[in-house]
Amino acid sequence: MSQLLHQVLDATAARLPEKTALVSGKSRLAFADLVRRSTELSMQLQRAGIRGGDRVVLFMDNGIELVIALYAVLRLGAICVPLNPQTKADKFAAIVVKTRASGLVGQASLAAVWREALSDCDGGCRIFVAGMPTLLETGEEYWDHEAETARGAEAGEVATSFSGDCNHPALISHTSGTTGVPKGVTLSHRNLVSIVATIGDYLGIQEHDVILGALPLSFNYGLTQLLMACATGATLVLERSFAFPVAILQTMAREQVTVLPAVPTMFAMLAPLKDFSAGNLPRLRLMTSASAELMPEQVEILEHRFPAADLFVMYGQTECTRISFMPPDQRALRRGSIGCGLPGQACWLRDESGERLGPGSTGELVVQGDHVMLGYWEDPEATARKIHRDPGDGMATMYTGDLFRSDEHGWLYFLERMDDIIKTRGEKVSPREVEQAILRIPQVSECLVVGVADPLLGQAVKAYVALNCATDLTEREVIRHCLAMLESYMAPKTVAFVDALPHTYNGKVRRHDLP
Amino acid sequence: MQQIKTTVRQYIQDNFLMGAAEQYADDASFMEAHLLDSTGFLELVQFLEETYAIKVDDDDMLPENLDCLDAIGAFVQRKRSS
Repeated sequence: MSQLLHQVLDATAARLPEKTALVSGKSRLAFADLVRRSTELSMQLQRAGIRGGDRVVLFMDNGIELVIALYAVLRLGAICVPLNPQTKADKFAAIVVKTRASGLVGQASLAAVWREALSDCDGGCRIFVAGMPTLLETGEEYWDHEAETARGAEAGEVATSFSGDCNHPALISHTSGTTGVPKGVTLSHRNLVSIVATIGDYLGIQEHDVILGALPLSFNYGLTQLLMACATGATLVLERSFAFPVAILQTMAREQVTVLPAVPTMFAMLAPLKDFSAGNLPRLRLMTSASAELMPEQVEILEHRFPAADLFVMYGQTECTRISFMPPDQRALRRGSIGCGLPGQACWLRDESGERLGPGSTGELVVQGDHVMLGYWEDPEATARKIHRDPGDGMATMYTGDLFRSDEHGWLYFLERMDDIIKTRGEKVSPREVEQAILRIPQVSECLVVGVADPLLGQAVKAYVALNCATDLTEREVIRHCLAMLESYMAPKTVAFVDALPHTYNGKVRRHDLP
Repeated sequence: MQQIKTTVRQYIQDNFLMGAAEQYADDASFMEAHLLDSTGFLELVQFLEETYAIKVDDDDMLPENLDCLDAIGAFVQRKRSS
């Protein structure tokens, strides 16, 4: 596969220039216009000194501007670093420093975050502001995505379009790790083009599909919806928040959405709504679920509400985007399985000594294929722990860190993560990162953060806190402190105050001894 | 209606702004400002139900009713009078 991500879009736009690529609120954008506007932005970035290989942070809600910016950066051969719009200043700054980002395309309403994050920086980051803040600061310039004429085109400027090797990095996706510092999963054009083709193929995505884009584009699962739309000519209906599921159902009915990609928490929020039914959404032909386990009760509700639709239960990791899907016609026979892998991918289970296991065993899932990431950005040790690259043919073997059981036919059943990462609302939460935030509260002497089972969230974040003085610190205050420092899904749902955390004789906290 | 808006503004200040008195207009979108996320709106609805003895149905959970102080003021007033 030699195509680059922006070339995939260009080919679709050449074939279907007037077709609607994106819907966002009252705005619509055709494929040809998406190409034109992303080319114009790439020229503005280039004029400001952004070059191929540079890292450019993208800090926006789901919307037309974010999509334009993604393709503008890719077209330059630069590397997209999309950040969740809930990212707070400390993490934002750490990522800018670690990636040595030279550019940022940000949404005006989030200016306070980057201004705080970059206040100590040397100004090496050029900032392009979408939307109008009241006043620009040094190093910031406007990007008016709705400008009718391209400044560069008037001056006879020619847009460059990166046409190099497909193993060139396209994207750094930050994922929470156990140490509390996010890791930068670096994916190449080839990684993404190949996996998007595979996914679009098994889901049967076609030009006439209308895909709901309610998952954040800063999240690989959300991004693949956009990439599939741009590869097939399907339309993507963008939503920036799932706070109002009733409003989303209205949009789905109006736009005649055919594909609903979701995480189990979203399905749980939709289930009580009477309009979440085939009667109200007759065009809905396909639903996908990933990021956390979909409970049998939820599967039943979906099958009951949409008897004619296909439900694909899927499993993957940011580090290779997708690993397995369960064909809908097999699901009833193998309840609870996430499938047996993907076409074009090799996968198997290994035991603690690294020995490859046959079917009917339990072990860590290992994956090989074109979709396996290049590595973690500038972190060779963490990369070496995650991927083994064959010195001969360069083939990458990736350790998922997930424990699976396989049946005699090789169908896979997820057992548990091998690390402490909590999955809440389908999002990864590092217990260490939350503990570090809570330890910033002066009255806290120790804390421990764990995941507890929760019917809506999958797991809920729970914090055990030991205090160092007599104080009336409340659960509410601890939670609010975390909300100010972290993304909202990381904040504990509950906090228990304990006299002390139980320790083993060598000083390590014993998680299993807590109530 | 002004009393409703004042009460809700204080609630948001206490529960989502860490007590900081941030200035925002009565018609400023909470979603746009990332002030409340999906869990935040659920908590806000619980507060409104408890404070004003109203029942917020699933069909009421729309930005037109909840996404700014003006909308909340009008919505609560409507619910109380019905």
